[in-house]
Amino acid sequence: MADPAAAPVSKRTPLHDRHVAARAKLVDFAGWEMPVQYPSGIRGEHLAVREHAGVFDVSHMGEIETLGADAGPFLQHMLSNDVDAIGRGAAQYSVLCRHDGGVLDDLFTYRLGAERLLTVTNASNHSRDIAWLREHAAAGSWDVELRDALEDYAMLAVQGPAARSLLEPLGAGAPLPARMRCAEIALQGIDVLACGTGYTGEDGLELLVAPAQAPALWDAVVAAGATPAGLAARDTLRLEACFHLYGNDLMESRGPIEAGLGWCCKEQTGFVGAEAVAAVRERGPRERLVAFAIEGPGIARQGNPVVGGGEVTSGSLSPSLGIGIGMAYVPAERAAEGTALQIDVRGRLRDAVIRARPLYRRSER
Amino acid sequence: MADPSYPDDLRYHAEHDWARIDGESATFGITWYAQDALGEVVFFDPPAVGTAVSKDEPYAEVESVKAVSDVISPLSGEIVEVNEALAETPEAINEDPYGGGWLVRVRLSDPAELDDLLDADAYQATLAG
Repeated sequence: MADPAAAPVSKRTPLHDRHVAARAKLVDFAGWEMPVQYPSGIRGEHLAVREHAGVFDVSHMGEIETLGADAGPFLQHMLSNDVDAIGRGAAQYSVLCRHDGGVLDDLFTYRLGAERLLTVTNASNHSRDIAWLREHAAAGSWDVELRDALEDYAMLAVQGPAARSLLEPLGAGAPLPARMRCAEIALQGIDVLACGTGYTGEDGLELLVAPAQAPALWDAVVAAGATPAGLAARDTLRLEACFHLYGNDLMESRGPIEAGLGWCCKEQTGFVGAEAVAAVRERGPRERLVAFAIEGPGIARQGNPVVGGGEVTSGSLSPSLGIGIGMAYVPAERAAEGTALQIDVRGRLRDAVIRARPLYRRSER
Repeated sequence: MADPSYPDDLRYHAEHDWARIDGESATFGITWYAQDALGEVVFFDPPAVGTAVSKDEPYAEVESVKAVSDVISPLSGEIVEVNEALAETPEAINEDPYGGGWLVRVRLSDPAELDDLLDADAYQATLAG
């Protein structure tokens, strides 16, 4: 068989020793050596997050601090969502667009102060995002400093229905931030920026922490009962929840309306790309991203063509549902829920049906 | 998952397949290394009985949660039996890759090809690199 293992040498997170000690399988991901799974396996990790709690090392995610008198107005100009609406201690999802509306990244932004916002980037896009923001900051004479904060933070995602109850005792009574809120608190005596966000479809927190203290925080979270989980489970969890993965479901050649992210685009703010996004919204996109489930055996994968036009951008087995699921761009006139699709899975046609998003809901538990 | 093992009574193909020779036929499967690299197998798509297979060519697919991979035939011949049990329990490929996780039985067409296969020590040497 072809060798699916990856080998290259790449950057390591501060938790690398922990992953090696846990006998994680490490792979290169966007230039980082990351745990893809631990010996318990993807399914076990996935279900641990659905049923209790898991902890992910997501230290490869990038951070950009936007500082200065124009920090808010500048990001309002650059990000698709209404940045003015982010109160102090709140979080917001948005996309970063090219002038033609193509998506450069999808991002969470947290307001830490009147003139201080923190944006979390995808590892693969971090350098490009900073360059793009700095280019526009300079061109527009904004009073803003864009600080590459990648080296300042490690990041742990603690996710699952038990995530909060498991973290609360570590906080010595400090309240944990609600969903879509963030707060600077101490856990196990370690200062963290705790954010009520995640990428699994479960409740949980993302913890930004100084790299030197990340191992102690990891140990405390694992000791409290969270199952270490790798990037593979993170991918199956986010796909069930129908969260986009940049490079799969989002790309420069397609815009946010096509991707179903019109809800986080506020064109009236005049963000870079707003005119193009508004034009697509007005006339309707030619294609739309849909969620699908395979009927019968087989698993569609990224790149599989949809018969009659379109392509699968993410596909996997759903560990929660036990069937093949995925997301695909299809012609807009055939994107309605319930539409039957045929997907060419390596030369064999598999029947699928367009399903409502998300494919898995917490309330189904 | 079981610990790594590479039984001495099998012959190995460098693409991480094994063959258990039994006279003019052989049983094929994938090695411990292959199943470990794939992760949890969720689907085995077997060829039909009667299909001709050629040494070094793909003859089936195994699919894990995260990827699909071709299975390479270590020898040439004709499929005479497929492991039907894997339709219900594909995880046997992980749990018992040399036993219950066998994939197909093949009537061999060119016994001379056996000389190209590796013994357990030689195969493990290819993994060390």
